[in-house]
Amino acid sequence: MTTETQLKSEHSVEELERVTIRFAGDSGDGMQLTGTQFTRTAAVFGNDLATLPDFPAEIRAPAGSLPGVSGFQISFASTEIYTPGDRPDVLVAMNPAALKTNLGDLKPGGLLIVDKDEFEPTNLKKAAYDTNPLEDGSLAGYQVVPISITRQNELALEGLPLSAKDKFRCRNFYALGLILWLYGRTLDTTIKWATEQFKRRPDILEANLRALRAGYNFGETTELFRVQYRVPPAKVPPGTYRHISGNEATALGFVAASVLSGLPLFYGSYPITPASDILHELSKLKNFGIKTFQAEDEIAAIGAAIGAAYGGHLGLTGTSGPGLALKSEALNLAVMTELPIVVIDVQRAGPSTGMPTKTEQADLLQAMFGRNGDSYVAIVAPCTPSDCFIMAIEAFRIALKHMVPVVFLSDGYLGNGSEPWRIPDISELPRIEWKYADPQEGKFNPYLRDPKTLARPWAVPGQKGLEHRIGGLEKSGETGDISYDPRNHHEMTLARKAKVDRIVDDIPPLEVIGPEEGDLLVLGWGGTYGSITSACENARKRGLSVASAHLRYLNPFPANLGDVLKRYRKVLIPELNTGQLALLIRGRFLVDAIGFNKISGQPFKIAEIEGKIDEVLGLRDEYVLEFTRSAGVSGG
Amino acid sequence: MTAPTVPNDGLISADLPVLTRKDFVTDQEVRWCPGCGDYSILAQMQKMLPELGIARENIVFISGIGCSSRFPYYVNTYGFHSIHGRAPTIATGLKTARPELTVFVITGDGDGLSIGGNHLLHAMRRNVDLNIILFNNRIYGLTKGQYSPTSEFGKITKSSPYGTTERPLNPIRIALAAGATFVARSVDRDTKHLEEMLYRAAKHRGVSFVEVYQNCNIFNDGAFAAFAEKEVRAERMVYLEHGKPLRFGKNNEHGIRLNGFTPEVVENAESDEGLLVHDAHAENITLANILVGMDYPEFPVPVGVFRDVDAPTFDQLVQQQVDEAIAKGRGSLEEVLRSGETWVVE
Ligand SMILES: Cc1ncc(C[n+]2csc(CCOP(=O)(O)OP(=O)(O)O)c2C)c(N)n1
Ligand code: SF4
Ligand SMILES: [Mg+2]
Repeated sequence: MTTETQLKSEHSVEELERVTIRFAGDSGDGMQLTGTQFTRTAAVFGNDLATLPDFPAEIRAPAGSLPGVSGFQISFASTEIYTPGDRPDVLVAMNPAALKTNLGDLKPGGLLIVDKDEFEPTNLKKAAYDTNPLEDGSLAGYQVVPISITRQNELALEGLPLSAKDKFRCRNFYALGLILWLYGRTLDTTIKWATEQFKRRPDILEANLRALRAGYNFGETTELFRVQYRVPPAKVPPGTYRHISGNEATALGFVAASVLSGLPLFYGSYPITPASDILHELSKLKNFGIKTFQAEDEIAAIGAAIGAAYGGHLGLTGTSGPGLALKSEALNLAVMTELPIVVIDVQRAGPSTGMPTKTEQADLLQAMFGRNGDSYVAIVAPCTPSDCFIMAIEAFRIALKHMVPVVFLSDGYLGNGSEPWRIPDISELPRIEWKYADPQEGKFNPYLRDPKTLARPWAVPGQKGLEHRIGGLEKSGETGDISYDPRNHHEMTLARKAKVDRIVDDIPPLEVIGPEEGDLLVLGWGGTYGSITSACENARKRGLSVASAHLRYLNPFPANLGDVLKRYRKVLIPELNTGQLALLIRGRFLVDAIGFNKISGQPFKIAEIEGKIDEVLGLRDEYVLEFTRSAGVSGG
Repeated sequence: MTAPTVPNDGLISADLPVLTRKDFVTDQEVRWCPGCGDYSILAQMQKMLPELGIARENIVFISGIGCSSRFPYYVNTYGFHSIHGRAPTIATGLKTARPELTVFVITGDGDGLSIGGNHLLHAMRRNVDLNIILFNNRIYGLTKGQYSPTSEFGKITKSSPYGTTERPLNPIRIALAAGATFVARSVDRDTKHLEEMLYRAAKHRGVSFVEVYQNCNIFNDGAFAAFAEKEVRAERMVYLEHGKPLRFGKNNEHGIRLNGFTPEVVENAESDEGLLVHDAHAENITLANILVGMDYPEFPVPVGVFRDVDAPTFDQLVQQQVDEAIAKGRGSLEEVLRSGETWVVE
């Protein structure tokens, strides 16, 4: 797969270990597509990579405006990487608004490619520029390459029977062609994709390919770029790979759970950003026996999932934070009736509607405690986009074996982010154990618990002789009938809690990366895995005694967590919230964990965590988050 | 590895047992107030169920919260007493996952029309094959006597000591507007009629909505007495029957006719000519809507089947899409994991 272009001798070639590029433009400029196409090429080439799309909040913000800017960042490397990169080395800005909202992130001295044709008075005004930044010297700290993309693209498409608007839309392929050239990539993957995509529109296909080639040839023939870069393939374990986003991996993980368990999957959901993709994915896969239900609201979605679970199928529901809030009463019904449902929460930023397209991990305490009464559910959290696949299977493995609702906490960063994924062999996947209740004589007690797991029997309608009544009212552990007996309620509450606690025997221990004991443990959960792991790796390279560990099971915690915490002089917990895991860890283990909290709707940068590590180890003064300007402006 | 086949195939018992009313009685002590209309509904249900010829284990009762929603504990089938207003959602999930089951939803006027109004609407709109029985006592019974969405305007209750300031809604009108394919009304006291309505609702393929006027003798006693008591029933209720003229009275002597879109009582109508003939199978709901507007004392209260039409059910359509997709080739996990672009690293 390493068919690289013959690099022309006029351009010298520089080898790099890792490059981060951000494509930014108006939401109508096709930046997500450009980024995705570059990603595919890099993936097929064999680079390790990670991506971060950054959507505008509005679907159709006015063209050229600041809120209308859409971005896509990809980091690709010849070594293993965990994040889409802190700051891009290269920024492609298709208009002034894109430049304004993204420039703050670009590395000092970074390469800045702009479509200079778009820097005309109207667009400059929309981006609130008083003077043209291409002319006023404000970009002196960067290697600016202004290119006449719009006009060049027009010329390349001259004579094609397309409207000016349709032609303008091909600019992103021009830019893509140029960047592919810059990194010595072939056009093959993109051509293959476009040919398939525009099968029915040969005119559009022709235009896009012309634009793509024009951009590529521009790089080749002009003297604007003296160097071409080479990022060799990464050394990764052998196998068949594909590119996968967290939401795709989540959907496929639940498909796998269905196949592995032999139980049909039912998915109830109400559309919500950033979880809707899971509904879209699953609704395509009817040939797996999957039934999807677009409910009237989140309550109906979980109600239906409970109904399906009661019927002996895999009951799954998915949403984001506001939807989880709506589901809480019904989730408690599943707690009380002890039915094995799984609730996906692809977390997003803020209380109420917050910032729907931005990421955060602030629903941990909602998942843990957001219900009336003493109510316990199991909680799992994937830590990378592809880990969503494994944790989805885990969620149902736990739910079915322990007859307990499980919350699956993903987030917008994981859901929309993507990475190459070595496709697992089916035989590597865990087994999913479950059974329906055994037939029996006499009155059936639906709360007769398994002595080991405390799971209650799963008796489903259609099973003769096991007719029984369950519900949200407290039931007697002995008979299954309604009971207001004080001792019974005390015992049933403890049993429901113990049932969740005992899952600890069924989950893997927490793994530590780095020294077994030492000065600092950086503990995280969820989508911060990449930044934390990279930051700690860097710290160790600098000779510091820093280990990292990432919790994928949040209730119960892995059995060795208390032990691990004790082996380090300090514990740092970076979270994209105000300190929710830290609160749990402090409360449970009486450890003086130090929180590091960012609530900007953006993921952690590696450097931010490194800065905090240095502070905690006394190597610098207090570390303060330096928000880039773009976080403030493009937040939408 | 391929997608699962439905593992419950073996669970559904095929033999049709001969059951009696007693088979549907549980060991639970019934806890409604003595004299409550719910007793009658339970009794008619238990009498009706054996007539369906469906095994007990294939019948499920799902309820919300309220006095009425205690119902599943007293019926010896599978039962699920859920949360306030949400029974239709659980029933929709169950019936969609397991279309072979017979599913009843038991709800109240508060449960179904206040907190759960949205779900009720959508279950009916989708035509999920559920049998929804709404116990309308025009009051919140379980919470001890607040007004409900069906309480009359100005009604004095615990939460409206000066009388309510809100107008009630009519459950049948809601069902018709939502496109329910079977819509009926009956009264707790009229046991034979009630049993027949329950039976026809259960037999109907598609969503069935039955409003039962139910007396809460503690918090809203006599709400329906003016027309539902045995002595006055014939004079003050009109029994809707498909294809028959609307007649009422001790000797069926009176009739109803239409003047434009307005119904009129025809006293001592000697011939059927000109009388309104009921058409329960009409796709168009205009007639049913006119009927539902008739109320005591201006009119006799219509009971019976307002609407009974055929339409594909939600659960069947969902199943059909799945079956058709599987017929083209059962999904393979290996394949779906490899979908899209892949590359091999050696
Ligand atoms: C979320 C929630 N809110 C409020 C209640 C309290 N509550 C229980 S039943 C009920 C009203 C029941 O009225 P209706 O549905 O008419 O049933 P009835 O008791 O009259 O049969 C209310 C308000 C509850 N159980 N749950
Ligand atoms: S309060 Fe009313 S509705 Fe409830 S059980 Fe008593 S009589 Fe029946
Ligand atoms: Mg009521």
